[in-house]
Amino acid sequence: MISWFYIPPAQRPLFSVFVSALFVLALCCFCSLLFGAGGLSLQASFQTLLGNGSADTQFTVFHLRANRTLIGLFVGLTLGIAGALMQAVARNPLAEPGLLGVSAGSSLAVAITLVLGASTATLTVGVAQFGALLGCLCVLGVARMQGQQNDPIRLVLAGAALSSLLLAVTSLLLLFDQRAADEIRFWVTGSVAGRDTNTLFSVLPSMLIAIICILYTAKPLASLALGERVAIGLGHKPQRVRAVVIVAVALLVGGATAIAGPVAFIGLVVPFAARALVGPDIRRTLWLCLPLGPIIVISADVVSRLVAQPAEMPLGVLTAIIGAPVLLLIVRSRRMPTL
Amino acid sequence: MTATSLQFKPIPKQTPETNTLTRLCAEKLTLKHGKTSIIENLDVSLPEGKVTAIVGPNGCGKSTLLNGLSRIHSPSSGFVLLDGKDIHSLPSKEVARRLALLPQDTLAPDGITIEELIRFGRHPHQSLLKQWAMDDQQAINYALNAADLEGLKDRLLDTLSGGQRQRAWIAMSIAQETPLLLLDEPTSALDLGHQIEVFELIRNLSRQGKTLAMVVHDLPSACRYSDHIIAMKKGEIITQGSPKEVMTKELVRELYGVECDLIPDPMTGSPILINMKRVRS
Repeated sequence: MISWFYIPPAQRPLFSVFVSALFVLALCCFCSLLFGAGGLSLQASFQTLLGNGSADTQFTVFHLRANRTLIGLFVGLTLGIAGALMQAVARNPLAEPGLLGVSAGSSLAVAITLVLGASTATLTVGVAQFGALLGCLCVLGVARMQGQQNDPIRLVLAGAALSSLLLAVTSLLLLFDQRAADEIRFWVTGSVAGRDTNTLFSVLPSMLIAIICILYTAKPLASLALGERVAIGLGHKPQRVRAVVIVAVALLVGGATAIAGPVAFIGLVVPFAARALVGPDIRRTLWLCLPLGPIIVISADVVSRLVAQPAEMPLGVLTAIIGAPVLLLIVRSRRMPTL
Repeated sequence: MTATSLQFKPIPKQTPETNTLTRLCAEKLTLKHGKTSIIENLDVSLPEGKVTAIVGPNGCGKSTLLNGLSRIHSPSSGFVLLDGKDIHSLPSKEVARRLALLPQDTLAPDGITIEELIRFGRHPHQSLLKQWAMDDQQAINYALNAADLEGLKDRLLDTLSGGQRQRAWIAMSIAQETPLLLLDEPTSALDLGHQIEVFELIRNLSRQGKTLAMVVHDLPSACRYSDHIIAMKKGEIITQGSPKEVMTKELVRELYGVECDLIPDPMTGSPILINMKRVRS
């Protein structure tokens, strides 16, 4: 494993890196079941995991915490993959669904339906996904207006503006609504705590579609990294590929937002880490995003339970604390990696 | 190994197509950038099994023509015919199995090896269900051999010389196993030795039966390494034919506004430009 350090990322054995990441993920899941903000001590949690718990502790560990872990798993998976796809399409290492307003669009669509009378329970995932799609098209449209991908930072500026606008409208709408402040915060910052795992099942069919989209576009996307004309010369259709990828991104981000609200920076940090580990080829990056996304979300969630005990910090706040420095790191790196 | 002494290994000759028609031609082709037309009503065809060099001053439309011929640029009117069929009516993958293209604006991802790059050339032969087959590996070995890159196949692209890198890109096109190959300024930004390295590879490919067309800036190289020259100015073909017929003082003056004398290369007989002077227009 240490010898990997000397190999260029793109040449590292994908399988071994992937399996190692799976081990780390298993460790994270274990920690997620073990640690909590509540009154349950570490020892009691451990005993419960070994099967010696009371009904109460079992409920905490195997219901509350397990659900939370499951949702973190899903959110990390979807946002990490969505970020990698979006960066490949925009050829921009800063393109991230949370920063670019995709999550915010999704969140706004949800807020509008809430105001129109839907309750959180009857909300359909489709609404969130539709909002994500609109957010996607908006920001890519704005970015396209100022010419060909000349400056990666412009896309992020456009996205940040769009994102804050959409989130502001979302908070405004929800303020007029007579619901708990907690609910507002959820749709503005995102969280994996106390969410309903039943929503997970309603998301699964659309995830299947997203997977098919990804299988169909992985190869053309990889060849787009060689240049637009090279990709056409190889018989690919960049426009169609981009459209399919954007649909996949909308499905993934919409799904994640419906379940956990708009969580920013996961889509930035996860592909960044994946590229650092296995290089820029999207087919390799995507594989590694699978374990890395959940690793980052679940460990961030564990930390969010521990730093402000007995209260909790919302996940979205913590991911911003991790994500913002990474963003600065990418922007400040001498040679912004081109994708 | 110096570039000039570069010897390409003998490679089994590909079976030439028994097709007397030209495989790639344009009829009444008009190509526009926005509203300005770059090329209007142009008829052109690439002679079979030969190297065609497209020459002309900057902005004469030679790269646009190449993009048109390779379906990157859609015509406003007229047709590009590949094997007698409108190139835009054929599935893009089908086109990619007959015509390979090496554009100027290639990008090399970090940490990619030569063999990995060449593998991209197999995309037109693969599908969701047929991912990787024996013939893919054979085509890659063939391409590595043809471009004389066997010893370098595991090297990273960014650690190579400019000439080797360009040969790797050409090898990717070879792995595509197409009878046609179009190259947009394959030797720009290369030094003399690397230019010759790439030109010799191109000539070698033509000897194996490929039909090639390339945009070239350097006239003596165009004369030396092509069998057919298409001279363009302001979107029109001024003249075309074999280098010896076409290359005259008058043509150089007309194309570039340069006065010169032409003498035959004592070794190869291909024209060389001497005594060049810019003419004020």
